[in-house]
Amino acid sequence: MSAPSLDVSGLAFAYPDGHQALFGVDFSIERGERVALLGPNGAGKTTLVLHLNGILTGGAGDVRVAGLAVAKENLREIRRRVGIVFQDPDDQLFMPTVRDDVAFGPANLGISGSELDERVHEALGKVGMAEFVDRAPHHLSYGQRRRVAVATVLAMRPEILVLDEPSSNLDPASRRELADVLRSLDVTVLMVTHDLPYALELCPRSLVLSGGVIAHDAPTHELLAAEALLAQHRLELPFGFDPRATRTGAL
Amino acid sequence: MGAGHVHRLYRHGHTPVHRLPAHVKLVSLLAFVLVVVATPREAFWAFGAYAALLAGVAVTARLPLPFIVKRMVVEVPFVVFALLLPFLAAGPDVTVAGLSLSQEGLLAGWNILAKGTLGVVASILLAATTDARALLLALQRLRVPPVLVEITAFMVRYADVITGEMNRMKVARESRGFSGNVGRRLGVVATSAGALFIRSYERGERVHLAMLSRGYTGALPVLEVQQAQTVQWVGAALLPFSALVVSVVAWMTV
Repeated sequence: MSAPSLDVSGLAFAYPDGHQALFGVDFSIERGERVALLGPNGAGKTTLVLHLNGILTGGAGDVRVAGLAVAKENLREIRRRVGIVFQDPDDQLFMPTVRDDVAFGPANLGISGSELDERVHEALGKVGMAEFVDRAPHHLSYGQRRRVAVATVLAMRPEILVLDEPSSNLDPASRRELADVLRSLDVTVLMVTHDLPYALELCPRSLVLSGGVIAHDAPTHELLAAEALLAQHRLELPFGFDPRATRTGAL
Repeated sequence: MGAGHVHRLYRHGHTPVHRLPAHVKLVSLLAFVLVVVATPREAFWAFGAYAALLAGVAVTARLPLPFIVKRMVVEVPFVVFALLLPFLAAGPDVTVAGLSLSQEGLLAGWNILAKGTLGVVASILLAATTDARALLLALQRLRVPPVLVEITAFMVRYADVITGEMNRMKVARESRGFSGNVGRRLGVVATSAGALFIRSYERGERVHLAMLSRGYTGALPVLEVQQAQTVQWVGAALLPFSALVVSVVAWMTV
């Protein structure tokens, strides 16, 4: 049996100013799973995400990606294995054209020439953006930019895709299009969000990060049905949304 | 390679000027500007000849005159400075239309105006026939220090994003009834500028994180190497070479 895609154990971290964000986080994600990481603002979600590819290090604990420890000597391979899609696509897309941006990651891995072109086309094809390859990112709609942002990390053929608030600022159609894309991918997904219906739609399993620890780890539909538990962690369902009445594609 | 509509200065076309590789055009532009700057200012006819050369490029590139003239507005501050010089400079005076003007100032003003205008027009021609991405690749090709290329690339990419943010702040200010005397206005606008700076700075940090996350180690990868044929170098050299001939003649006759 292969090592889990992501294995986090005893992860603790305090910022240099003394503010402690994580107090011993433990969880594990098997290959091919789609898992939501839920939690209120300030729970430490972003801090946790930045540990997954070694941007933040230095606290206690251990992070392993498909068996490989996140450590200085492995950073190059770790950053290939962990594809983080940041919340604002304008932060993620910094090159003059979509092509250059999608090529940025694999080129950093030393890929060039026709193989690089192939990677770019493959990644853009997976998110349905192949015909926009020569466009400038700022001439795309927000939803299109978000999908290109996903392609920029898919081009690195990651072990695990980490999405930070993937549904934020998307209109309902773009939201559904992105969900279709994510469902079609053959890759492990960790989705950081407080969009609970989106978590239910896409992720069979959810983790609740609260107060710097994993407070709950359960099937998403069970978690969302437990109103008191949600309220305890400042998580709320939108008005009129009943998770028990929803058939999800995740199940 | 069509890189989309990256920049407003660019005018799409399929002329010989458009087809020249960007790094060749860049070298040609630089050489032309150096020759122009090295021309004695008293050789008035030479500057007419330079202008004619640029006009030839513009016609070849099928750029309409109004397109070029509109973009020359960027030069206005220098024009103002050049126009002030005849009034400010010292030395023997000449009387023109009842005004006492410094001879030295007139020459200095003319010098700035003529050479500046030629440089600006030449740059407009380059920008109009070369898209921003190709220009960036050209800088990379010409071994400009990577940091400078990256700064330029980010400027191209984020100019619109930051202008958008600035406009949203302006709308937000005015939607809340922003008015008042000039002093108060200046204060508020200055504060907004500060806020914009901090936002841009924070965005820079987030972009850097995103870059690190995709394996950035301090240098943008070279994504495409531009190749030029000898005939293209020769074609692009026509402009600076003709200018050089003009300049040499100007030096011999002054």
